[in-house]
Amino acid sequence: MLYNEPSPLETRVLTRRFGMPNSASLDTYLATDGYQAFVKAAAMKPEQIIEEVKVSNLRGRGGAGFPAGMKWSFVPRTSPKPKYIVVNADESEPGTCKDRVLMENDPHQLIEGVLIAGLAVDAHAGYIYIRGEYRYLIEIMDRAIAEAYEKGWLGKNIRGTGFDFDLYTHTGAGAYECGEESALLESLEGKRGIPRIRPPFPAVVGAFQCPTVLNNVETYCAVPAILRDGGAAFAALGVPKAGGTKMTCLTGHVNKPGVYELRLGFPVKQMIEEVGGGIRGGKKLKAFIPGGSSCPVLTAEECEGATMDYDSMAQRKTMLGSGGVIIMDEDTCMVKAALRIMRFYAHESCGWCIPCREGTTWLRKILQRFHDGGGVREDIGLIGDIAKNMLGRTFCPLGDAAAMPTISIVEKFRQEFEDHLHGRPCPYEAAPAAVGV
Amino acid sequence: MTFSPQLEARFDKLLKSYPPGRQRSAMIPMLLYGQDEVGCVSGELIDEVARRVGVTPLQVNEVLSYYSMLHRQPLGKYHVQICTNISCLLHDGDKLWERACRKLGIGHKQVTADGCISLEEVECIGACSWAPAVQVNYDFHHFVKPEELDRLLDSLREKP
Ligand SMILES: Cc1cc2nc3c(=O)[nH]c(=O)nc-3n(C[C@H](O)[C@H](O)[C@H](O)COP(=O)(O)O)c2cc1C
Ligand code: SF4
Ligand code: FES
Repeated sequence: MLYNEPSPLETRVLTRRFGMPNSASLDTYLATDGYQAFVKAAAMKPEQIIEEVKVSNLRGRGGAGFPAGMKWSFVPRTSPKPKYIVVNADESEPGTCKDRVLMENDPHQLIEGVLIAGLAVDAHAGYIYIRGEYRYLIEIMDRAIAEAYEKGWLGKNIRGTGFDFDLYTHTGAGAYECGEESALLESLEGKRGIPRIRPPFPAVVGAFQCPTVLNNVETYCAVPAILRDGGAAFAALGVPKAGGTKMTCLTGHVNKPGVYELRLGFPVKQMIEEVGGGIRGGKKLKAFIPGGSSCPVLTAEECEGATMDYDSMAQRKTMLGSGGVIIMDEDTCMVKAALRIMRFYAHESCGWCIPCREGTTWLRKILQRFHDGGGVREDIGLIGDIAKNMLGRTFCPLGDAAAMPTISIVEKFRQEFEDHLHGRPCPYEAAPAAVGV
Repeated sequence: MTFSPQLEARFDKLLKSYPPGRQRSAMIPMLLYGQDEVGCVSGELIDEVARRVGVTPLQVNEVLSYYSMLHRQPLGKYHVQICTNISCLLHDGDKLWERACRKLGIGHKQVTADGCISLEEVECIGACSWAPAVQVNYDFHHFVKPEELDRLLDSLREKP
């Protein structure tokens, strides 16, 4: 099911089957070139598959943007150990709801992507780690997997290629940190989601201590198109060094929030105005988060000339992230936004390392006091100091993810903190009520 | 401990899903699916899952306390989860949360006296583009307006 109208400005590669009758069924999949990329890949050498993915400039869609082909090439193919394919379907980054629509509307595309990754690294089993809240997607994936087994697209000697592959779903049970790759692997092994020290990276020592390819749902979903149409064609859709499209979740104060597939390099202004239908109620843009709440915030001025790709965002000292775009209008209280973001990280910190466990808790408390009107001027500097002291000093990137948006909000919206200093609760709460709700 | 045939089938499948000697991997899924049937992660469920995956009940306890969806105490028949994280907040998810608390007279992780409804303020549930979002057990509700929330809560009360 689709929860928002598509936009004519989309470039539909991963979403090409969305909206077709029974788009999730194997019949529809097969009638629209489904599994043809697998058949093609099965006749190729593994190095050729990896080369094609490298040529496509596909970068990881889970947040970090690591080149997928390169990651696959790190797997020691000839190791005597079994190798595994793991799909990160933990989707918990605030602002992000795209893996959900990919699995819901085209589950076989994900299965085919996983199979091709299996061919590339000589893996014969895979796990889809799905967040516990997405129970209905576990049912959808299980049904698609059962259908694929029935028709010989999974299991032993798949369609006479001699390639065996088994695929399983695995449910999480409520923990943002389990989206972090090494914590996910711990969780998959039936443990608390405490991250592992790296190196070794999962490509060498991953699931069950064996070499493992671990990618985001959207990353695997791009693979069938790459093999079918060629890596070069996929690369050409995007920008230099980053090929293809990005599933983009427009959230917050736009008229037409929704998930849209946009080519990489899509202009931010056009995305807000034309895809998103502009800011709700004719208001002005105040702040923009490109890819989930872990990314530094941009001001409206910084969005001038920006495009939705890794380099444009890096130039502005933020990140493309997961594709969870958060749009805030002129009436938004940035102290409240910073507080809500920090409450999330304090809640989700796994508690393993002190700078993150203590830092997020202290920041939550200070921001709460500030928003309630009990802040003092020194707190403004203190918030920035604590956050900066966390940066780069935590065991996994969750600490940075908590610190980065906070630092950017304090630096770019300092005046709003000053406005909260007069011993009264939030001065922005009295702003005209938001339209709609 | 006995479970429904469907759950037994699910457990069997899970125990065969992981490499030999790695049955512990099935623990968290078994606890969550088990909780859905039993109503909570009861002591009995812990012992049973521990036995089947080959660890001690203490090891199960250690793991389950990490995961926010696993509950030692029963929740309401309908567990209403309201997201107030950033994308929902921008659509007044916090006000929706307060409204539900007021209407039901209960707070975070509390259950109504009749055991019908429990409330939880949750972190992002992956419905950010269709905010504000609410989940009742595993069902998503998108673009939830205040009056719709009222109607939703009333309808839960009337459901058999
Ligand atoms: C705290 C934290 C949470 C994360 N959550 C997710 C997630 O929900 N989904 C995801 O795909 N990647 C998530 N990641 C990124 C993964 O660690 C990993 O980089 C990614 O799954 C690799 O796949 P990709 O290269 O295809 O993006 C998270 C990282 C961190 C540090
Ligand atoms: S940074 Fe936070 S989430 Fe990561 S290991 Fe440390 S405490 Fe855990
Ligand atoms: S922020 Fe509410 S569903 Fe994502």
